[in-house]
Amino acid sequence: MTARTLKDRAAIAGIGQTEFSKNSGRTELQLACEAVKAALDDAGLAPSDVDGLVTFTMDSSEEMEVARNLGIERVSMFTQVPYGGGAAAGTVMQAAMAVATGVADVVVCYRAFNERSGNRFGNMSGRITTLPLWLSWYAPYGLMTPASWVALHARSYMHTYGVTNADFGRIAVVDRAHAATNPDAWFYGRPITIEEHQSSRWIIEPVLRLLDCCQESDGGVALVVTSVERARDLRQTPAVIAAAAQGATFDSEMMTSYYRDDLTGLPEMGVVGEQLWRTAGIAPSDISTAFLYDHFTPFVLMQLEELGFCGRGEAKDWATVERLSLGGELPINTSGGLLGEAYIHGMNGITEAVRQIRGTSCNQVDTVEHVLVTAGTGVPTSGLILARR
Amino acid sequence: MSSRLAPSMTADTQFFWDGVKEHKLLIQRCGSCGLLRHPPRPMCPRCNALEWDTVESSGRGTVRSFVMPHHPPLPWFEDPYIVALIELDEGTRLVTNLVGIAPESATIGMPVEVHYEEFDDGLVLPLFAPLRAGDAS
Repeated sequence: MTARTLKDRAAIAGIGQTEFSKNSGRTELQLACEAVKAALDDAGLAPSDVDGLVTFTMDSSEEMEVARNLGIERVSMFTQVPYGGGAAAGTVMQAAMAVATGVADVVVCYRAFNERSGNRFGNMSGRITTLPLWLSWYAPYGLMTPASWVALHARSYMHTYGVTNADFGRIAVVDRAHAATNPDAWFYGRPITIEEHQSSRWIIEPVLRLLDCCQESDGGVALVVTSVERARDLRQTPAVIAAAAQGATFDSEMMTSYYRDDLTGLPEMGVVGEQLWRTAGIAPSDISTAFLYDHFTPFVLMQLEELGFCGRGEAKDWATVERLSLGGELPINTSGGLLGEAYIHGMNGITEAVRQIRGTSCNQVDTVEHVLVTAGTGVPTSGLILARR
Repeated sequence: MSSRLAPSMTADTQFFWDGVKEHKLLIQRCGSCGLLRHPPRPMCPRCNALEWDTVESSGRGTVRSFVMPHHPPLPWFEDPYIVALIELDEGTRLVTNLVGIAPESATIGMPVEVHYEEFDDGLVLPLFAPLRAGDAS
């Protein structure tokens, strides 16, 4: 009997993306189809090879609409992962489970949206008439954007550990430096200094300045997941899935988990990390480079602590620009991240991890063995460890 | 009078808003083990009992966290305004506005008390203000 583990059972064999922009000029469905086709071409597979599709519950392009456009004829697995950007690595976990169990052979995961030119997540006030139940505890008081939900949580972390907004700014500086040398990044050629960060306007005082907030983007990203054996026969170096996990904990809300005793951590990510290290059989020190979900900078510091790269309250000192930059001990977000490259709900972090495994990143890290990817934070979330084997 | 977005409610949460209308801050209490919980929900996470009643909060608590949202501007608010997470003396928490104090004077840990404000269409919200001197007992 095969061991009950997801370790090394599946691999990402193809990646695809559209351009990242502020106004794609086409439908979200078209972006999804373009990204999926690009990922299949990258892998050297045809639509007829695909028998599984996974996306986000928030995606507007249903699995069968994408299948109908691609000409995918026979599908044995289709599902959607909830909780916004927390779904990103979760799509790959679902795909890997399907491949490992023989439910499907080739699964595409995709996410495509016009989050800048269409419905902007931070601009809910213009389109809400009836509040959803969960938002009814917050919106009447003017707490109704992702930035504000994150900030109320992060303020508690700042207060407890003496963390300042300038500490968060280092994450933006690192990400924008990496974006500056990635031609696909929106902020290609436009690095920032900590002084520029500190003089950018407050979005949510005293936690988030403009340059702490990820951009809003139009675009699509897709991944092809298949067995490690099949991936070895395809066009690209397989990015073997050494571990994939989802995680949630008691009293989780969608970005407003204010009711737990401790408000200084991201316990959902703790659950993910614990599983990733156990499944892959490695420790944080074995990670060559990481993509840490960076919708808002404070939660990058908190992730470093939650995942065990440093102790509680230590990230403000541990997370130096040198350590997190290309050439440092733990280069993060080498594509520029959601702050610098594009905000494709975390799926563009997975493509960058695959490029690092293949050795084709614009900001290639020397001798890559294991790459960590995390998904949306402050929500039920997910993570991956990809390996070069 | 000004307006705010009105909360939605279900059979699980209506008692809270009914209470606020009568200037009472009600906390849901498990009918079996006595655990207090907020936001309200149908089942006790500790003992799984479905029976519940409510207790009236003293209306006093402390500021656990607070922020000043500046962008995007919202039609219901004048900048600056304070959104705070309050921990009630009874132990449950709720998000609200901190009023009657300038942002630069507010601090985490400061004692506060409930203050009811009426908005358009009969909406009443429980806002919080600094505990008045001499009120601390």
